[in-house]
Amino acid sequence: MLAKRIIPCLDVEKGRVVKGTKFLELVDAGDPVAVAARYESEGADELVFLDITASHEGRAIMLDMVRRVAETVFMPFTVGGGIRTLDDAVELIHAGAEKVSINSSAVKTPELVTEVANRLGSCATVVNIDPKRVVKDGKEVWEVFVNGGRVPTGIEAVDWARRVEQLGAGEIVLTCMDRDGTRDGYDLEITAAVSRAVGIPVVASGGAGKPEHLADAIEYGAADAVLAAGIFHFGACTISDVKKLLASRGIPVRPVGGHV
Amino acid sequence: MLRIIDYGSGNLRSVQKAFERHGVTAEITSDPNCVAESDRLVLPGVGAFSDAMAALRERGLIEPIQRHVVADRPFLGICMGLQLLFETGWEGGQHDGLGVFAGAVSRFDCSDDLKVPHMGWNQVKWREGSHLSQVVGRNAQQPEFFYFVHSYCVQPSDSSIVAAETDYGGMFCSAVSRGRLLATQFHPEKSQSVGMRLLKYFIEHV
Repeated sequence: MLAKRIIPCLDVEKGRVVKGTKFLELVDAGDPVAVAARYESEGADELVFLDITASHEGRAIMLDMVRRVAETVFMPFTVGGGIRTLDDAVELIHAGAEKVSINSSAVKTPELVTEVANRLGSCATVVNIDPKRVVKDGKEVWEVFVNGGRVPTGIEAVDWARRVEQLGAGEIVLTCMDRDGTRDGYDLEITAAVSRAVGIPVVASGGAGKPEHLADAIEYGAADAVLAAGIFHFGACTISDVKKLLASRGIPVRPVGGHV
Repeated sequence: MLRIIDYGSGNLRSVQKAFERHGVTAEITSDPNCVAESDRLVLPGVGAFSDAMAALRERGLIEPIQRHVVADRPFLGICMGLQLLFETGWEGGQHDGLGVFAGAVSRFDCSDDLKVPHMGWNQVKWREGSHLSQVVGRNAQQPEFFYFVHSYCVQPSDSSIVAAETDYGGMFCSAVSRGRLLATQFHPEKSQSVGMRLLKYFIEHV
């Protein structure tokens, strides 16, 4: 039985992990290599690195970080943030990322998703979708936002999910903006609607505050995997805690303890 | 010399470093002469079946790979490196593979809500009594999880080559073995300690 994946997400700025303060025993808690190795040993099923470096010069630093992480861990990881061209994606995969995730650029240049999928395979092509609940003409709409949730696109989230699947995406990371950072739990309604609308895996993101939320995202949100950041980074719970709870609710998980 | 065949299908460093972890130097090569002279060959790969075959053909790698396998020298195929061993691939039309094994490579059936790609950690049930079940799958009640990422799977005509099966909307063949050939649909190099055990087995016992 395919295990539901538990995926910590690390924000990276100029090659440094930011907002990750839990691992007090690490000599350098901002070192992406050390943090990745730590999550690997804790039983994470994958990792996501999100490059939040605004400047374009950050690319070389990011590639170097990807190479160093790939050198250390024996598990798959995805890199996202600032991928604007096919070359950006190819470089990251060649540096050792398993998958790349495309967000704003997928909306601006949808053909980029197809180019990346044709070149690197759908399995390596992830699209991030960031919906927000907005009211238009007295009716609620799940609108896709870009640029870190600042810019509305006028695109409806479920339609967009179907579209990116057709474009060649092999996975969707769905970050519901109304919940992101709240710790109130994932948006189960939007997650379930998107997951059921497509035939590719959907990763729930945004709102995890306790292990029950991750289980709910899988059980009621029909998510194939769950992504969380703060809940793990700040020590609210461990990956093992989450997996124990999931298992107790009959959700298939990979047992912790498989690290190299 | 153990060599990893490079036919332009992406990053091979993860495979190479996994062997290094066991103290084995693995050379990455796309030179048909080097491939022909290898004691042990590893055929990795991701991407599309037809692209992979075209890339092997372009580099003159098809014949040395086939000879190596026919001579029953140690061979490890990973992911696309398993699929290419079969006669026919159905990814984007019908394409000839290396033809080592009879059978086809077909897409997962997307009916009944099955998500494709099959992506993530799934259990590998080794055939009863196989060496691999003793080395890698030490507990038959709780088969080990390996990392998969693929949309197509192999359907061998000869069931005797099926070394392992995995459940994803029904059982599919997740590894084949014959003589000193072993090929897996999953990625041992990305499967942490259990993957390392499998690679160690390939180095020491195949």
